[in-house]
Amino acid sequence: MEDFVRDFVSETTESLGALDNDLLQLEANAGDLELVARIFRTVHTIKGTCGFLGLNRLRRVAHSAENVLDAIRKGRVTVSPETVTVILRSFDTLKEIVDTLGARGVEGDGDDTALIADLDAINDAAGASVVALPAPAAAVEAPPLSELEAALDSAWNATPVPAPAAPPAPPVAPAMASPVASAVPPAATSQPAASDTSAQSIRVSLDLLETLMTSVSELVLTRNQLLQLARNSKDGALVGPLQRLNQVVSELQEDVMKTRMQPIGNAWNKLPRIVRDLARDLNKKIELQMTGAETELDRQILELIRDPLTHMVRNSCDHGLETPAARLAAGKDETGIIKLHAFHEGGHIVMQLSDDGRGLDLPRIRAKAVERGLASEAEVAGMSDTQVGNFIFRAGFSTAATVTDVSGRGVGMDVVRTNVERIGGTIDLVTRPGNGSTFTIKIPLTLAIVSALIVDCAGQRYAVPQISVTELVNADSHGEHRIERIRDTSVLRLRDRLLPLVPLREVLGLAMPGSVEAPGDNRLVIVTQVGSYEFGIVVDRAHDTEEIVVKPVAQLLKNISVYSGNTILGDGSVCMIIDPNGVLARTGRVDTSAANGDLGHQMSGIDDRSEKLALLLVRAGRGMLKAIPLDLIARLEEIQTDVVFHSNGHMLIKYRDRLMPLIAADPEVSMEPGSRKQVLVISEGERSMGLVVDEIEDIVESAVVIELETGRPEVIGSSLVNGQPTEIVNTGHFLTLAAQDWFKPTSLKSGPRGKRVLMVDDSAFFRSLMLPVMRSCGLEVVPAASGEDALSQLEAGERVDLVITDIEMPGISGFELARRLKSEARWQNIPIIGLSGHADQDAIARGAEAGFVRHLPKLARDGIAEAVNEIMQMETQA
Amino acid sequence: MSASRQAQALQLVSVEVVGQSWGIPIAAVREVLGPQSLTPVPLAPPAVAGFLNLRGRIVTVLDLRATLGLGRTEEPERATEIVIEQDGELYSLMIDGVGDALTFPASAMEQPPQIMDARWRGLTDGIIKLDGKLLLVLGLDRMLAAVATAA
Repeated sequence: MEDFVRDFVSETTESLGALDNDLLQLEANAGDLELVARIFRTVHTIKGTCGFLGLNRLRRVAHSAENVLDAIRKGRVTVSPETVTVILRSFDTLKEIVDTLGARGVEGDGDDTALIADLDAINDAAGASVVALPAPAAAVEAPPLSELEAALDSAWNATPVPAPAAPPAPPVAPAMASPVASAVPPAATSQPAASDTSAQSIRVSLDLLETLMTSVSELVLTRNQLLQLARNSKDGALVGPLQRLNQVVSELQEDVMKTRMQPIGNAWNKLPRIVRDLARDLNKKIELQMTGAETELDRQILELIRDPLTHMVRNSCDHGLETPAARLAAGKDETGIIKLHAFHEGGHIVMQLSDDGRGLDLPRIRAKAVERGLASEAEVAGMSDTQVGNFIFRAGFSTAATVTDVSGRGVGMDVVRTNVERIGGTIDLVTRPGNGSTFTIKIPLTLAIVSALIVDCAGQRYAVPQISVTELVNADSHGEHRIERIRDTSVLRLRDRLLPLVPLREVLGLAMPGSVEAPGDNRLVIVTQVGSYEFGIVVDRAHDTEEIVVKPVAQLLKNISVYSGNTILGDGSVCMIIDPNGVLARTGRVDTSAANGDLGHQMSGIDDRSEKLALLLVRAGRGMLKAIPLDLIARLEEIQTDVVFHSNGHMLIKYRDRLMPLIAADPEVSMEPGSRKQVLVISEGERSMGLVVDEIEDIVESAVVIELETGRPEVIGSSLVNGQPTEIVNTGHFLTLAAQDWFKPTSLKSGPRGKRVLMVDDSAFFRSLMLPVMRSCGLEVVPAASGEDALSQLEAGERVDLVITDIEMPGISGFELARRLKSEARWQNIPIIGLSGHADQDAIARGAEAGFVRHLPKLARDGIAEAVNEIMQMETQA
Repeated sequence: MSASRQAQALQLVSVEVVGQSWGIPIAAVREVLGPQSLTPVPLAPPAVAGFLNLRGRIVTVLDLRATLGLGRTEEPERATEIVIEQDGELYSLMIDGVGDALTFPASAMEQPPQIMDARWRGLTDGIIKLDGKLLLVLGLDRMLAAVATAA
């Protein structure tokens, strides 16, 4: 018997066993639709699976039973004891057939016509349209499974596989063989069935494995204590046995851990065959590409994800991909491609299933959603494609015009979502009309083993999952990587930027915010990223890394978002696991609900977050406070004015073995010898300049709204920052002053020349900020203050080579602008870059859908310049 | 459910906290522990003293004193603890000492008097009069709810 037949038998036996009780409950509780749905799904799954295994007897019974259950589900048939009796009878028959299949590898003989007639009678009485089975399957007596398998296998295995000690193949009977074929006594075809089922593997309950694992952990601890004792004792006789114990325990631990982990490929191995068979049934050409099959996940999760995945792949084959003729007509390759990709990401396992088919039928879904009262006409019209697509996850939502045997009863996607959410996962979809759909399933590793960095903070140890650690930086108060404290905020000088810091002590309430630490203290900075926001978590020091088993946090502490779980370390102590998402959320610095891409946010549609910006507030001269966006500043330095020398009316300083020009941020900044001044280093590529100020005041988060344009080139305008009138410094102006040739396109060897970029942003401030970046790329900037403005400028004949647009704008959003440009032939070839303050997964997906070539965080100067150069070069070559 | 419980006898383990005896339903009790090393949990509700590892299971340690509004146990690492299981999770209550296992007819339990401290009343399922003293029956659900809300 082949593996998947055996799997089918054991799974089906299990699910049928669970159904008896459900059915009895149904009799008592006829109105329980959830219960009906569950029973229906199980039968649906059984029918689907036996369909491709060629188990026709099973399939016919399951199909008729399913019809009845469907009628109950839709309220056409009421649950009477008679109905339940007939359904129970059908389940008994299913069980009997499955048992026979398990024992003998064939469905066995039996006459189900009476049962099927009874089932159909219930359905007919309800006036339902019975879904007929495809004729050939019903007409033919089921051939013994082994023959069918042999026939399939010979077709399937075009390339030879390592022959599994090939049993002498029974003569292959053609499918239309005489009924005698099915009457062959089991003994004649039976291969060594007993050894087949009993060898290799057994089923062990997860509870047992869990207990085993707990015991092993305990054993490890005891061993560690013994080793410790032995090290301190002089008794040499202990050494040998202890070493052996040590080794054996380690191996045992490893093996027990392994019993829980399986490559995701184990859940995929049935798929190629399913896809192949479906392709044949549907007359389509389908290629299944799978990558990341080795990604390991907890077996429990694997089991739970197997069925949903199968449903999804079936859906993609059936609804997603077009017929070869339709594909050719649409200018695509005849063969449709389904890609399955798995990988680890940020403490999650992500599985992506994409097809290059026709995409979801959005107009139909819109209509259906309105018809079913899920949303009003107006609401549906205002929804994005992704939001509309999400309707398919609603129970009973199927738009397939015809109910087919493969899928399309409105079962499937709601089952998928239910199963994924049950294990704390999420499912998302992006659909591109005409170009296919991508489903992304994200499952947390709650049950999995992860590698974690164990760190010290205020005398306690905490675990930080390695997957969320970008980089570790040893920081001290005088070396290369210094921690600067500016009022209540700390920042780290890391290469060419200032990284905002979050001290773990403060987050955990173990130190007052802004409390001064002793100078000379060494600290460890864990650089991490949430969404597009990069920051550092400050801890005291690192211990080492450990493989930890993530255990869920006790119910009492569930709402403390800083912890994602807890674990027991090698020495037996309990250790909390830190979740960077939660850490950031506690600081209130970034709206993490957006970074997490939670459903509520997705469903709420256009987000109204105001764009906040980290600003460095400085004093220079006696005027207003001045503010400079923190992202534009590479470093902060303090200098003695004595080391500044003057040449040709310019101030210069030796800085990192180069000469760096200095410019006072205000003419009133006095450079008299013997004083100390603060210098903000601003870098552009290899070059740097220093902006001299009197004092650094603070770092604040604030929205910047230019309220007053001053007409002075060194100031973009003034704005209220935390209630204080503040001038926003135009760094571009100072950069130009510092090096006259800084922005001349000629200084670029290979950059684009004379290209024009349409810079769309509702904030004059951001437009001014981007100006020097664009100019340094050799681009001429055409500003637009809104999406509407951009469209009217293009309409008026403005020719540009590139569009860079903000996303969150009143009126036409960046997404909408991209969609409109892409829908017009004259503009659709202009590449579009989207900029946003918070480039989370969801936004990136939406951007890609709308037609962005790149989606970058705002103020990532280098990133933007790089992307622009790259795109312009591609354009030139094209 | 409540009817059958009434018919059954009450089986309690008595524990001592600052001179007062409390009865804990014996069905929930798992074991009694001596001094344990604890992992404190910053940001947790004040009555959560930390976590301990009980043969591979993580147990939430609650300071019964804090829950009763009697301040905190001074040396949590040296306290006696009684481990209970509630809704599939293990909790360990820091106490001063363990007394006997006691059995009472269900009728022995009375409503706590109105004059009792409101906080204590909120934690008590009922009271049982012993010779010369009162045994307060600790309501585990009530206690956990009180711990969670006293953030």
